[in-house]
Amino acid sequence: MNELPTKTAAARPMKRRRLTMERREALQGYVFVSPWLIGFLFITLGPMLFSLYASFTNYNITSRMDFIGLGNFVRMFTADSLFWKSLGNTLYYVAFMVPLTTVFAVLLAVMLNQGIPGMRIFRTIFYLPAVLSGVGVYILWMQLLSPSTGLINTVLDFVGIAGPAWLFDPDWTKPSLIIMKLWSVGGGMLLYLASLQGVPKQLYEAAEIDGAGLFRRFRTITLPMITPIIFFDIVTSTIGGFQVFQEAYVMSESGEGGPMNSMVFYNLHMWNKAFEVFDMGYATGMAWVLFLIVMALTVVNLILAKKWVYYEGGDR
Amino acid sequence: MGAKAQTAKRRYYKGLAFQEGLRKTVVAILLIGGSVIILSPIWWMISTSLKPMEEIMQYPPTFFPKEIHWDNYVRAWTSPAAHFSRWLMNTALITVCVVLASVFSNAFIAYGFAKIKFPGRSFLFAVVLATMMIPGFVTMIPQYILFAKLGWMNTYWPLIVPSLFGSAFFIFLLRQFFMSIPNELIDAAKIDGANHFYIWLRLMVPLIKPAVATIAIFSFNGAWNDFLGPLLYVNDEKMYTLQIGLQTFKGTEATQWHYLMAASLMVLLPVIALFMFFQRYFIEGMNLTAGTKG
Repeated sequence: MNELPTKTAAARPMKRRRLTMERREALQGYVFVSPWLIGFLFITLGPMLFSLYASFTNYNITSRMDFIGLGNFVRMFTADSLFWKSLGNTLYYVAFMVPLTTVFAVLLAVMLNQGIPGMRIFRTIFYLPAVLSGVGVYILWMQLLSPSTGLINTVLDFVGIAGPAWLFDPDWTKPSLIIMKLWSVGGGMLLYLASLQGVPKQLYEAAEIDGAGLFRRFRTITLPMITPIIFFDIVTSTIGGFQVFQEAYVMSESGEGGPMNSMVFYNLHMWNKAFEVFDMGYATGMAWVLFLIVMALTVVNLILAKKWVYYEGGDR
Repeated sequence: MGAKAQTAKRRYYKGLAFQEGLRKTVVAILLIGGSVIILSPIWWMISTSLKPMEEIMQYPPTFFPKEIHWDNYVRAWTSPAAHFSRWLMNTALITVCVVLASVFSNAFIAYGFAKIKFPGRSFLFAVVLATMMIPGFVTMIPQYILFAKLGWMNTYWPLIVPSLFGSAFFIFLLRQFFMSIPNELIDAAKIDGANHFYIWLRLMVPLIKPAVATIAIFSFNGAWNDFLGPLLYVNDEKMYTLQIGLQTFKGTEATQWHYLMAASLMVLLPVIALFMFFQRYFIEGMNLTAGTKG
């Protein structure tokens, strides 16, 4: 680089080359994200828009698709008692499942983070059920919850408690599913454990010097430091909880909904409408109502988060 | 004064050590109790799968089988009401395709979002994250209609093709890995004249092998345990996967718990084995999620 580039002759090609390089860069970027983009357009956005339209029709997948305005929604809110039942069942499930799993996951993670010998083994044991899923696990729980030969009632009997009929008693079907969910609380635990290990040790040392006790330290250091993860966990498990389906489908004899419809959850009802009677317009309407409910709850969660979620290094 | 303070101090620290020891003991007892509760269903499953039916019905139930019936496993697997060998092959085929497709697509897409500048990148990535909030059923019904119109009913295409388009959570995880790689490495390769495809294949993918393993394991689990997909799209009994097969087996065997437990255990076995051997990749994935959400 001995000679300085003259303004007119050399700078312009340089600039053009940089532009084309930027363009080439951008082009490559689009190529890299294109699989996602194509998928998003064709199997997410497109279908969603279609289903939004379908929810205002009497679509039945084969012959008809007439615009019926708000007909599906009117029917849903006024003429379908099972809709309200299913919404009620789902709210019950979410209202108990989300707080319980969160509390258990945090407690387990805090206990595992105490520097106990054998922490890795405990971690493996508690996480194991979280990797197990699918029909095999549901069958296992049907046996565990079996009123006469199951493990749970056997143990309860041993300590002198007459266990309920679980999946055969309308009052106990949802608690059964929640207990099953609690068994696999290890996934959330692992998330909390990872974030607990990120809490700076100096904070605890400083608090200890100031004479803060165990619970004080938990309440004023541990808990605030992991609130972002608690928030994330609550949001995702609320969304997940509203979609409870498989366990209810498998454990209530292929979607019959259990005793007195106590296991007819929102998605199970939607499933039966869509794929048993092919009332697709109605089912897509239900899907959108669920979407709006979940969105509203997520927004509420986000607003509430300002009050209790602590972000290190200020607001984001 | 000096001596007195010394003993007070020592007593104080002794007290602290005692408190610490007590705390650890209590926690250890709770954890051991918890482990017993967590593991007992699995033990119960193994034990039930080895008992004869009379022993299962017996009251009070036994925690250890009196006589061990390995033949329960053979009988369950070869039951005329099921085609487990066939279903295993089907499931293995689908799982291999899904794992390969999703490892490739997610690593490819995530690199684009992590390391290449293009207009609209942050917007598109926000859309990726937003799709995680969409309940599955909202897209599932219209997807079903779409795949039905494409004539894909009773084929494995609806189970495999979507994994070619990546999934939001995996893209998010892999992007985190890519971001931790210094840009200088890419710039140096660019100066040498390499384009992004070359850099991705030759430089980046080898560097993020652990992350790729994490994605491979997660998507293996997803495909192996997929119940909804095959339930929707596969009707022919010969084409069932293990999950759907197990569900029908449950229907025909009703309360033959020894066979049901044996069959369930065999279906769960690959997942358990994978977890035991590659546990650190599961934990890696979780650490990353926690680290970035915090």
